[in-house]
Amino acid sequence: MAHLKLKIEFGGGLELLFSNQRTHFVAIPSTVPQGDNKGQPADINFLTHWLRDNLLKERPELFIDTGTVRPGILVLVNDTDWELEGEGEYKLREDDEIVFISTLHGG
Amino acid sequence: MAPKSCALCQNSKAILRRPKTGQHICKHCFFTVFETEVHNTITQAHLFKPGDRVAIGASGGKDSTVLAYVMKTLNDRYQYGLNLFLLSVDEGITGYRDDSLETVKRNQEQYDMPLKIVSYEELYGWTMDRVVSAIGKKNNCTFCGVFRRQALDRGASGLGVDQIVTGHNADDIAETVLMNIMRGDIGRLGRCTAICTQGEDRIRRSKPFKYAYEKEIVMYAYFKKLEYCSIECIYFPDAYRCLARAFLKDLEAARPSAIIDIIHSGEAFELKEEVRATQKSQHSCKGCGYMSSDVLCMACFLLEGLERGMPTAAITDKGRRELEARWSTRTT
Repeated sequence: MAHLKLKIEFGGGLELLFSNQRTHFVAIPSTVPQGDNKGQPADINFLTHWLRDNLLKERPELFIDTGTVRPGILVLVNDTDWELEGEGEYKLREDDEIVFISTLHGG
Repeated sequence: MAPKSCALCQNSKAILRRPKTGQHICKHCFFTVFETEVHNTITQAHLFKPGDRVAIGASGGKDSTVLAYVMKTLNDRYQYGLNLFLLSVDEGITGYRDDSLETVKRNQEQYDMPLKIVSYEELYGWTMDRVVSAIGKKNNCTFCGVFRRQALDRGASGLGVDQIVTGHNADDIAETVLMNIMRGDIGRLGRCTAICTQGEDRIRRSKPFKYAYEKEIVMYAYFKKLEYCSIECIYFPDAYRCLARAFLKDLEAARPSAIIDIIHSGEAFELKEEVRATQKSQHSCKGCGYMSSDVLCMACFLLEGLERGMPTAAITDKGRRELEARWSTRTT
């Protein structure tokens, strides 16, 4: 199965859920291997589920909510707001950098 | 999706969709509009005058770190003529405050501003950890909020400042409007959207980020590479505000302008004359002289309760009358 190499960064406290590590280099399947979207190119929604299943150590409800990233978590794709890139449906490419920043804490 | 050009300069690649306006803008234009909007908020509300000594309530968190940076930038760029200070409160919450105070100390060096730290231990003789072990996990924020407000005022008067600025952002204020509606807190509802608050014996306090979206503050910090502490208060998950925040985030996801719209609704509330007449007037606490709508200010009530082993008595009206009676016997 083909894989996509990606760089993932967590900020705003999210890193605490991922072994207290801000930066992770991952290789995910390039197409969705099973379920409703089987065969479709991997997108950010798939990546979010993959991270929850393979990298997240605790409290999944703080990261994912009803199928997508929890509201209050900002996502950047190659330093660009995911709202400009199609949000969860952005199709991932090799060497993409995805940043997840939580805003849900004191200021 | 093809990269979009900035809606403002049409030149560079857009990197952010502004929640307030839906505009797609580039990094440089984002910095400019963010800073300019805060500057406009400040000038339109006449928050400062040249020579003012201003304390920035600094927790090391995202809002106050960005606030310190932006205040320094605008003070230099537009020559407000302000003397800026960092003022921090140590509530005595182990594993939370220790880390964020390190961030404030870094900010002090980076922005070259004097720093003062006031602690609950010094002021009241009680850390929040000790308060929570006395009262349990409910009503913590009531104690902490009351103690913090007084702590900021006392720290500010120690510095001899004219004004305190805090990093409360649009999301915070919208949450507060919702909370006050949900709790029927009419008095607070009428006051909570004011950009500047001041009572007698209290230091003027303003919120330059009143119209700044939390998303933009975080994005600003990210693109400017400003480091802040993002640990959540360990007592927060049980807080009432948590519910309002979750609700607000869902509203924002459906319609981003909801945050500003809620603030505008809050600003438009005007208490009916007959309701205003029932609100208590403000005078001085008989214990410490601080502003109060009762015989004692809330901090004195809370402390009286803690000292007497009736820690949550101050939360209810009946409890406060009992505490007042006991306090009177002590002082007569």
